[in-house]
Amino acid sequence: MAVKDLKIVGQPVKLRDLDTHVTGETVFYEDVRVPRLLHLKMHRSSYSHAKLLSIDTSAAQASPGVVLVLTHEDLPGKKVYNALVGAGVGPEDEPILAFDKVRWKGESVAAVIAETPEQADAAAAKVKVEYEELPAVFDVEEALKDGAPNVTAHWPNNHYIYPDDHKGAQVRFGDVEKAFAEADHIVEDSYQTQPIEQAPMETNGCIAVPEGDGRITVYSNTQALQFSLDTAAGILDMPANKLRFVGGTVGGGFGGKVDIMPEPITTLAALRTGRPVKFKYTRDEEMRVSSSRSAWRVYIKDGIMNDGRIIARKVTTYQDSGAYLRFSSYASMKHCGHMPGPYSIPNVWVDSVVVFTNRTPSNAMRGFGVMAGSFALEVQMDKIAETIGMDPWELRLINAYREGDMKSHLKPVEDAGMVETILSAAKLAGKELPANFQNMSSLDRKAG
Amino acid sequence: MASKIVNMRVNGRDEALVVSSLTTLQDVLRDKLDYTSVKDGCSQGGCGSCSVIIDGELRLSCLTPVQEVHGSEVTTLEGLNQSNSITALQSQFIEKYAAQCGFCTPGMMVAIKALLDKNPSPSRDEISEALAGNICRCTGYLPIIEAVESVVAEMSGAAGD
Amino acid sequence: MTKLRGTGFAAVNYPTGMHLGGDPTQSLVHATTSGNFVVTMSSVDLGQGLKTILAQIAAEALGVPYETVIVDTGDTDTGPHCTGTFASRTTHRAGNAVIMAATEARKAMLEVAAEKLEVSVEDLETDGQGNIHVVGVEEKSISVAETAGAAHFELGKTISGRGIYLKPPSPMDPDTGESDPDSTQAHACTVADVEVDTETGDVQVLGIKSAYEVGQQVNPELVKGQIVGGAWMGIGHTLQETTAPYYPAIDHAPKDFQSYMMPGAADMCEVECEVLEIASRNGPFGAKGVGEMVTNSPIPAIVNAINNALGVRITQIPVTPEVILRALDEKAANSA
Ligand code: FES
Ligand code: FES
Repeated sequence: MAVKDLKIVGQPVKLRDLDTHVTGETVFYEDVRVPRLLHLKMHRSSYSHAKLLSIDTSAAQASPGVVLVLTHEDLPGKKVYNALVGAGVGPEDEPILAFDKVRWKGESVAAVIAETPEQADAAAAKVKVEYEELPAVFDVEEALKDGAPNVTAHWPNNHYIYPDDHKGAQVRFGDVEKAFAEADHIVEDSYQTQPIEQAPMETNGCIAVPEGDGRITVYSNTQALQFSLDTAAGILDMPANKLRFVGGTVGGGFGGKVDIMPEPITTLAALRTGRPVKFKYTRDEEMRVSSSRSAWRVYIKDGIMNDGRIIARKVTTYQDSGAYLRFSSYASMKHCGHMPGPYSIPNVWVDSVVVFTNRTPSNAMRGFGVMAGSFALEVQMDKIAETIGMDPWELRLINAYREGDMKSHLKPVEDAGMVETILSAAKLAGKELPANFQNMSSLDRKAG
Repeated sequence: MASKIVNMRVNGRDEALVVSSLTTLQDVLRDKLDYTSVKDGCSQGGCGSCSVIIDGELRLSCLTPVQEVHGSEVTTLEGLNQSNSITALQSQFIEKYAAQCGFCTPGMMVAIKALLDKNPSPSRDEISEALAGNICRCTGYLPIIEAVESVVAEMSGAAGD
Repeated sequence: MTKLRGTGFAAVNYPTGMHLGGDPTQSLVHATTSGNFVVTMSSVDLGQGLKTILAQIAAEALGVPYETVIVDTGDTDTGPHCTGTFASRTTHRAGNAVIMAATEARKAMLEVAAEKLEVSVEDLETDGQGNIHVVGVEEKSISVAETAGAAHFELGKTISGRGIYLKPPSPMDPDTGESDPDSTQAHACTVADVEVDTETGDVQVLGIKSAYEVGQQVNPELVKGQIVGGAWMGIGHTLQETTAPYYPAIDHAPKDFQSYMMPGAADMCEVECEVLEIASRNGPFGAKGVGEMVTNSPIPAIVNAINNALGVRITQIPVTPEVILRALDEKAANSA
C-alpha cells in the first residue's frame, strides 16, 4: 500500500490504556478477583549442580493450610519440555519439576499449594531434598573444554548441536582467510556482556481458574497467549480446547515473559485441587529464577584496507544459555544473520555457539541475539578507525550497506537506510563531514 | 500467629479488620479491600508501586505492617481520583505519554501527589528526587518529569486547588 | 579529582520479525449494528501501545474514524492466533493482518452502501469521518452507521473481514547460513556524551542524540516513547545492570532493586531524536518496528564515549566504576 494521504496512521493519537493507567483501574492479571483462591510456591534447588537422591514432602504436606504438593511424579504428561518443540527445536531438555539432577541454583523441585501465600511459603521450606553435589561449570569456554562437568546428557560437549552436527550456527561467505592475507590491517578483539534481568515492574505470574465444565481459564501476563496455551496443553498432555488464556494487558515484558514457567504447573494445581490457584514470582524469583538475557562472548577479527574498506570479518561467539536450551539456539541463529552489522563486507565467517553452563537458563530480552552483537561490532568499529587512523564516521559511511548489496546470508539488502541515519545523527550532533560524505546515499556508492 | 483487630479509615471509609500480626498494609488494601491500584512490584520496598498516603505522609504499603496504621487515615489512588491536582496530573500524564505499561503509574501518581501537597512548585531536581523510590522500566522517566512540570506550571497559573 | 568528557557514537541495524519467519498473526474485523468496528486479536500489549496503533491502522484501512474502532485483544477463546509480542514483530505482523481484515470488511461495507445508494461500489469512497459518498458528489452519501444498520437489519449481510500475515519460514542452510531471515531492517545511530570521574569511576551520561529510521511511523509519540525509554534502558545496561556482578561466578546475584542497580530519574539525561521514514516494502503502510533497537544503539555509543574520554579500550558491559578504575590502572601501568 502506498504511503500517501494517510489520515490516522502517522498521527500522535493518545495511548488508549492511559485513561485507566492513571486512575489505577487497568486490570492486570493479578487484579482479577476470584473466590477461594489458593497460592502456589515453589521449593527450589539450593545447588547449581547436584544429584537428586530423594524428595520428602511429608512435612510440607502436613504443614498448616497445605492443600497439595506436586513433584515430578505428579506430572501427567511431559517430564521435560522446550517451548519451541512445535517449531522443530529439540530435544526437549528442561524438567518441569526436577528429577534425577538439578542443574542450576533455583531450579523448580516441588510445588506447594496452600490457602495463603505465607502458608505455601512456610510449607515449601519444609520440603526435604537430599542432594549429592556435583562439580559445576559457569564459564562458556571452560564448559567447552575436555573434562568439564557435563550439564545435561543431551549435550555431551556442553554445546547445542545444529543440523549436520555443527557446533554452532554459521555463516560462510567468500573466503575470509584469503582476504586476511590481502588486508592492510588486521584488527582483533573480544567482547563480553553479562546476564541482564528484563525486570518488568510486574513479575511473571498467572491465576488458573477451573470453570466447572472441565475447562481452565488462565489469567496470564505472558507475552504470547496462544503459544503459552499450546505449550501448557502440551506439557500437561491435555486437549488444548480445555484451556482458555486471558491476558493482553501486561506490566512490561522486554522478553521476560516468554518462559512459560508459571502457567503449566499452576494449571495442573487448579486441575488437581478444583480451585483457583495463583502463582506469582516474587521479585527475588524474578531476579534469580526467571530467565535473564544471555551473557555473550564475541571474538571479532577484521581485515581492513588502508582506504577504510573492511574486506573480511570473522566472528566467533559463545552464548551462555545457562542450564537449558529455551530459545538460545534461535538467538544464536539470529546473531549469526546479524553479525556483519549494517555493513557490506565481501568475506564473512561467523560461528555462534550455544553453550550450557550451570547458570539460571537465559532467554529472550529486547534485542535477542542482536544487542550483544551490535555492542561488539560498534566498539570494534572504533578500534578499526583508531588503528587505521580514519574518522570513525567516515569509516562507517564507507562500509554501510547500500540497497541491493548482497548480505553474507545471501539476501540482498532491502529498505536500506543506514547511510541517511548516520548522516542525520552527525548533523544532530554537530559533526562536520566532508561534502562527498554528506552526499552519500543508501541507494548507491557514487559519492564518497 | 496472633490476630488483631485493626481500625483505619481508607479513602474516607471506616474499616475494621481482623488481621494476623504480620500482614502488610499492601495485602490488606489489595486483597481484603480490593484497592487494586496498590500494585505489588516487589514487596521489598524497592519499587514504589505500592505507594500510599498515611496521615498525610507518603509510605510504602508493602513495608508497613497493618497494625501500625491502627487509627490512621490511609489514601490510595482510588481515594485521590477526585482531587483537582490529581485530575490535572492525570491529564498531563495522558498528554505527555508518561506511562507505557502503566504498572508503575498508580505509585507514581501517589508519590507525585504527596510531593505537590508539600511543595506545590518543585524544581526539576526536586521532582526527580521525589521519584527516586519509584521505578519505571518503560518510559525513561523524562515524560513523567515533564508531566509533573506541566502540572506545576498549570497550577501556579491557576488560582489554587 | 578529574572529570573527563568524551563523545562516542554507534550505528546499528535491526531486523523486523521472528528470525527466519514462520511467525503468523491473524485478525478479525467486524462492524457492530451502530457502525463501530471491533478488531479481534489475541496479541499482547506490553505497554508499547499495540492496541492504539492497531486501532489507527484499522481506522486507516477501513476509512472510518479512529474513535469508532474497538480493539479487543487478549482472549484465546475469541481472538485468532498471534505468535506473540517479541522480535519487533507485532507492528509489522499484526498491522498487516489488520489491514487485510479491514480491507475485506471495507469491501463488504461499501457493497452494502452501494446497494443502499444504488450506485456501483467503484464509485464510492469514505471520508474518514463516518460517511461513505459517491466520488465527487458529496451529497450522495450514507453514513457508516446507517450502512451497518442496513446490513444487519435490512439486507442480512455481514460487514466483516479476516486477515493473516505470515512470512513463510526460511530455514538457514547449515553450511553457508543462506536464508531470508527478516522482513525488513530498521536503523539507528546514537551519539552519547559522557563525563567520567577518574577518581571514583562514576560515569554520567550527559546527553543522547539519536537518529532512528523506522519506516512509516504509525504513531510518532509512541515511537518517541520507545526511543526515550530505550535510551534509559541502554544507559542502565551499559553502566550498571547485571545479574552476575562477578561473572562468570554466580555469587552476589541480586535479589531486589536495592542490589539490581538501574539509573534513577535523576540520572536520566536529555534525549534528542530525529526520526527518518524510509518505507518498508512489506510493512503496514510502510512501518518497520522500533521496540528493540532503541536499547541497542546507546550501549556501544556510551562505551565508545567512555573510551574516548579516558583513552582506554573497555570491551565489556556493564562498565561499572570498578571496570573504569581497572582500565585506568592498566593504562597507567602501560605508559609507565
Ligand atoms: S511493592 Fe512496595 S516498594 Fe515495591
Ligand atoms: S510504565 Fe511500565 S513501568 Fe512505568
